[in-house]
Amino acid sequence: MIAHSIFFYTFSIIAIVSAIMVTASKNTVHSVFFLILDFISISCLFIMIGAEFLGMIMLIVYVGAVAVLFLFVVMMLNVAQQKNQWFSSEDSSKHIPVGLIIGTVIFVELIIVIGGWKFKPDLFDINNSIESIKISNTHSLGQVLYTDYIHVFQISGMILLVAMIGAIVLTFRKREGVKTQSYIKQISRERSDGVSVLKVESNKGVKIDD
Amino acid sequence: MEYLSIFFDEVYKIIFLLVPVLVSVAMIVWLDRRVWAFVQKRQGPNVVGPFGLLQTIADALKYVFKEIIIPSSANKVIFILAPIVTMTLALIAWAVIPFSATQVLADINVGILYLFAVSSLGVYGIIMGGWASNSKYPFLGAIRSAAQMVSYEVSIGVIIINVLLCVGSLNLNDIVIAQQDLWFVIPLFPMFIIFFISALAETNRPPFDLPEAEAELVAGYQTEYSGMMYAMFWLGEYANILLMCAIGSVLFLGGWLSPLEIYPFTLVPGPVWLILKILLLFFLFALVKAIVPRYRYDQLMRLGWKVFLPISLIWVVLTASFLFYFNLLPVN
Repeated sequence: MIAHSIFFYTFSIIAIVSAIMVTASKNTVHSVFFLILDFISISCLFIMIGAEFLGMIMLIVYVGAVAVLFLFVVMMLNVAQQKNQWFSSEDSSKHIPVGLIIGTVIFVELIIVIGGWKFKPDLFDINNSIESIKISNTHSLGQVLYTDYIHVFQISGMILLVAMIGAIVLTFRKREGVKTQSYIKQISRERSDGVSVLKVESNKGVKIDD
Repeated sequence: MEYLSIFFDEVYKIIFLLVPVLVSVAMIVWLDRRVWAFVQKRQGPNVVGPFGLLQTIADALKYVFKEIIIPSSANKVIFILAPIVTMTLALIAWAVIPFSATQVLADINVGILYLFAVSSLGVYGIIMGGWASNSKYPFLGAIRSAAQMVSYEVSIGVIIINVLLCVGSLNLNDIVIAQQDLWFVIPLFPMFIIFFISALAETNRPPFDLPEAEAELVAGYQTEYSGMMYAMFWLGEYANILLMCAIGSVLFLGGWLSPLEIYPFTLVPGPVWLILKILLLFFLFALVKAIVPRYRYDQLMRLGWKVFLPISLIWVVLTASFLFYFNLLPVN
């Protein structure tokens, strides 16, 4: 158990410190790297409580795809311009009350959820998962997700699809006068289109472009 | 004391996995250059050691003794971290590769997801290196590789789903054992081809080596690196290639299974079969490098998103419906 708690506290401390550093670091790209560190330590915590599937999905989706896109966008920004320090300027200190209120609301919500879990376990149907401890948690997730919650699952998928289409529609624009290459034209070009062998009579030459 | 003995036991196992991997990375670099040379009717490295086998060791020694130059405007921490990240990620993935039914460092339930996660993290080494160099060419290389690796990961993920549908488990040993009667390369042959090409793109091998295209980007993200840090990038890249070959042979070529379960073949131990399969795939990688010209960037993106992704998605539906219709779905 000692090793277990050492690992737990190591990962939690890394997670919390890197979460603070996401907001505190001056360089935006450093913030994204701290965010990645945060994701990784959270997925380590997931693996420690036995939710290996969730941990790996966390790594694949958040670290492998979402954070790469964050980096992609942030690197395009001009980082040198963002020199304002954390809470030092007049502008950003105005946002502190709003941030505190939002933080408190989220904190209270978390307390309600976790406290409910702790003191009223019958509210949450976790008895099934204890019975079927033998199957791996990938199987148990699939069994719940694709049977009892299939509609929720499908609806969330549809929401993501709508969001994706919406993003494409918002950013798509047809520009005039852009030169593009047509693959079909390039591939279907025959030898006879480009090269021809002519018999050239002396002193007369060949007329090209006729 | 108990913890210490467990600790030393694991360290012993890890060293016995990592040292052979690093040595074979060195050998594989030599093999790559030899194959490349033979296709072009050259000799390749043949001076140092027998058949030039020690050429890579000599190169590595040369890199160790060279000076490490860090550009003055570079972001030093990230600049130094980048090759370390590349190298580490290429090596930690080997923990779950099964060399036989029992010889596997970590026989975890979600082995294939772990491999996928680690290989999708591999892009960070390149992005960090390219951004921290604070120079145009490395940055262009990093941006290219970020887009390229994210795109081809998608199709690799869908191909893995195809295999998982036939296995019913995420454990790599289960995947190998499920191929006892029929290697997945036969029923899923188109997926094997797409996996092979996506693996080329994922590891930045020619014809998809746009992040380091030496003709246009002067080696891309590696431009500012020198000495041991360059060598680490380079070793990490080859370790990744070897890893991709290992994943391919586990997913499609039956891993450590022998091709036929009859007498002379069954004498050969499992690890030998796995290594032979990895070498076969790597030989194909090397051949492709020698004979195929580099893709244009828009062609690369089109191939990933408009060709591979739809085909592999359709194949998922086909596999699932086939397994469902003929009642072949794996149940456990």
